[in-house]
Amino acid sequence: MEKEWFTISVYSENNVGLLNRISGIFLKRHINIESLNVSKSEIEGVSKFTIVVYTTEKWTHNIVGQIEKQIEVIKAFFHTDEETIYQESVLFKIASNLLFDERQIQNIIKDNNSQIVTVARDFFVIAKSGRRNEINEMYDQLKPFGIMQFVRTGRISVSKEEMQITALLNEFYQDK
Amino acid sequence: METVKIKTEVNPKKTKLKISGAEAIIHCLLAEGVDLLYGYPGGAIMPVYDELYKFQDKLTHILTRHEQGATHAAQGYARVSGRVGVAMATSGPGATNLVTGLADAQIDSTPLVCITGQVTRHLLGSDAFQETDIIGISTPVTKWNYQITEAAEIPEIMAKAFYIAKSGRPGPVLIDITKNAQIDEFDFSYEKCTAVRSYNPIPKPDVQAIEAAAQLINNAKKPLIVWGQGVILGKAEEELKALIEKSGVPAAWTIMGTSALDSEHPLNVGMVGMHGNYAPNVLTNECDVLIAIGMRFDDRVTGSLDTYAKQAKVIHFEIDKAEINKNVHADVAVLGNSKDTLGLLLPMIKENKHEAWHGKFKEMYKVEFDQVVNNDIHPTKEGLTMGEVIEQINVESGQKAVIVTDVGQHQMIGCRYAKFKQSRSNITSGGLGTMGFALPAAIGAKMGAMEREVVAIIGDGGYQMTIQELGVIFQHKVPVKIVVLNNDHLGMVRQWQELFFDRRYASTVMVNPDFVKIAEGYSIEAKRVSTREDLKVAIKEMIASKDAYFLEVKVEKEDNVFPMIPSGASVSEVRLK
Repeated sequence: MEKEWFTISVYSENNVGLLNRISGIFLKRHINIESLNVSKSEIEGVSKFTIVVYTTEKWTHNIVGQIEKQIEVIKAFFHTDEETIYQESVLFKIASNLLFDERQIQNIIKDNNSQIVTVARDFFVIAKSGRRNEINEMYDQLKPFGIMQFVRTGRISVSKEEMQITALLNEFYQDK
Repeated sequence: METVKIKTEVNPKKTKLKISGAEAIIHCLLAEGVDLLYGYPGGAIMPVYDELYKFQDKLTHILTRHEQGATHAAQGYARVSGRVGVAMATSGPGATNLVTGLADAQIDSTPLVCITGQVTRHLLGSDAFQETDIIGISTPVTKWNYQITEAAEIPEIMAKAFYIAKSGRPGPVLIDITKNAQIDEFDFSYEKCTAVRSYNPIPKPDVQAIEAAAQLINNAKKPLIVWGQGVILGKAEEELKALIEKSGVPAAWTIMGTSALDSEHPLNVGMVGMHGNYAPNVLTNECDVLIAIGMRFDDRVTGSLDTYAKQAKVIHFEIDKAEINKNVHADVAVLGNSKDTLGLLLPMIKENKHEAWHGKFKEMYKVEFDQVVNNDIHPTKEGLTMGEVIEQINVESGQKAVIVTDVGQHQMIGCRYAKFKQSRSNITSGGLGTMGFALPAAIGAKMGAMEREVVAIIGDGGYQMTIQELGVIFQHKVPVKIVVLNNDHLGMVRQWQELFFDRRYASTVMVNPDFVKIAEGYSIEAKRVSTREDLKVAIKEMIASKDAYFLEVKVEKEDNVFPMIPSGASVSEVRLK
């Protein structure tokens, strides 16, 4: 089976140790987590993990099954890139003098739909959100000028299909 | 914990009083019906042991000689009784010594609640004396774990621990309790946990899937059932028997499912897997419908997946959704508790006999009997075989004993030849293959079923891994029967070395101590036999004994277990010699 990019979304309780439990499922199968983001979700008190892996659909299916089996996980899904809307964010820290000396830098900022978030005496910071390839392109454009620091977030994504977590939770409360 | 909503039962006897966390733990155990636990004290769990001292009329604590023994004893107890086994240990090495038992219970779906002491909260992360991150360490081998750092958390977490351990697909839960939480006082009240919102232990049966399964079974020409421990855990033994008898489908078992159906039931066609029976292994690759019930297609069962039952439609009855399509693709997946799903299936099943198909199993069994079984259980050579020992135990115990096996050749022989009339009678370390399991597990099994005969069958290697638990048998006068099948080798590894490593016996030859003297050191009646006549007499004497009994049987040093599917080979490539 071909390897592909998959985005795994996990809705869970917000408890100490759950990240360890979930990451252990990847560790046990020797699968690398390409990107990880944990945040609150649209439902109060429910956390959302967004995990990106590059592996086969079969492995992804198994991993998601094992994740969903964890007691504090409400529901886990996996999607291909086509089935989700996804973004990453980056910050570039660049020497301030370049902003004035290298006119090309301003064009790069504009062409990439990025913003300057702060300008200090010695450095300025550019923020950019987008798909990984867009970010990589911008990185390649800025690299010749010298990047002092670079950081990228994990992927965040929303699925095109409905997740129905609220319905699932409501069902639980109705049953009990 | 504020985000976890627990639906509770109203308990009319609900009490409210200010007590220490340690005392609260005892009340939680009592509220869950625990009257027996295994463990080992130490600094970080001493407040709880102090309470155990005060409550010893209600709660019996068995001091094992090693924490690993406590977990295996709790497993034996749980497996034979269907109740939750409880083990307790201190922090640090006490806690890490539980890990093997936790892993064993996790892979074999055994309900355990393990309680560990932990350094006081303000010392967490300071590398304090006997501090270890047991939550981190135990995470991959527990169904759930939790660290309690405040006394007030105890009732809710303990209730949740028992609920999670025993519900759905059972498993081990570890609760780590910091010392301050044991000492601090709080208003205690206890309510049993009956649900956790993020946890769906028993999926609702899908009637359409069951109808699809029934249709496949009814139209099948060569169907085969393979059941596992899910039948025992789901208490579906009667439903399984009814299904087999009505459908006429030959039924085979995995090592964990062994005693769910009478060994001598005419449709019981034996064990599948690496050392399973010839017919069910080979015919797995000839059946047209494979009906898997409460089993998980372990690699020791399937051999090479690329050639496993490719011709068959597969129906998978399973409680754990994550097992569906994990190893083998299911054409029809029926989620739910096996008792419920088989109960719903039964009325849809047409009566059938499948006589010709069943005849094939009989034919192949005859081949296996002539080439393997007969030589194993009725040997004509001088040296004793493991098989004849098991057969003799069958005879003397009337097939009524609980047989606890360790890991290795004797385990495979034990599971192949031990006969059972009653469920929950075969206790072994199936998934993890933990040497050292049997002796402590037999102690737990005996305490979980005092009215039953419990016979531990152990190799000379595994016996020495937990031999210190003889101390428990001695101190508490536990009347278990211990049979060590001594071939002076780590037999199974030696067998592989013989077959696959040109007989290079690397570290598999054992120079053993005088096991009889060791048992006698613990005041356990002990015998050693090496002839057929003595064996018969000794087993008769052992079964008749009201007390613990140790029997060392000197067996052939280089016997092999057959049939055998070499690791990674297809189930149809069974070797009979």
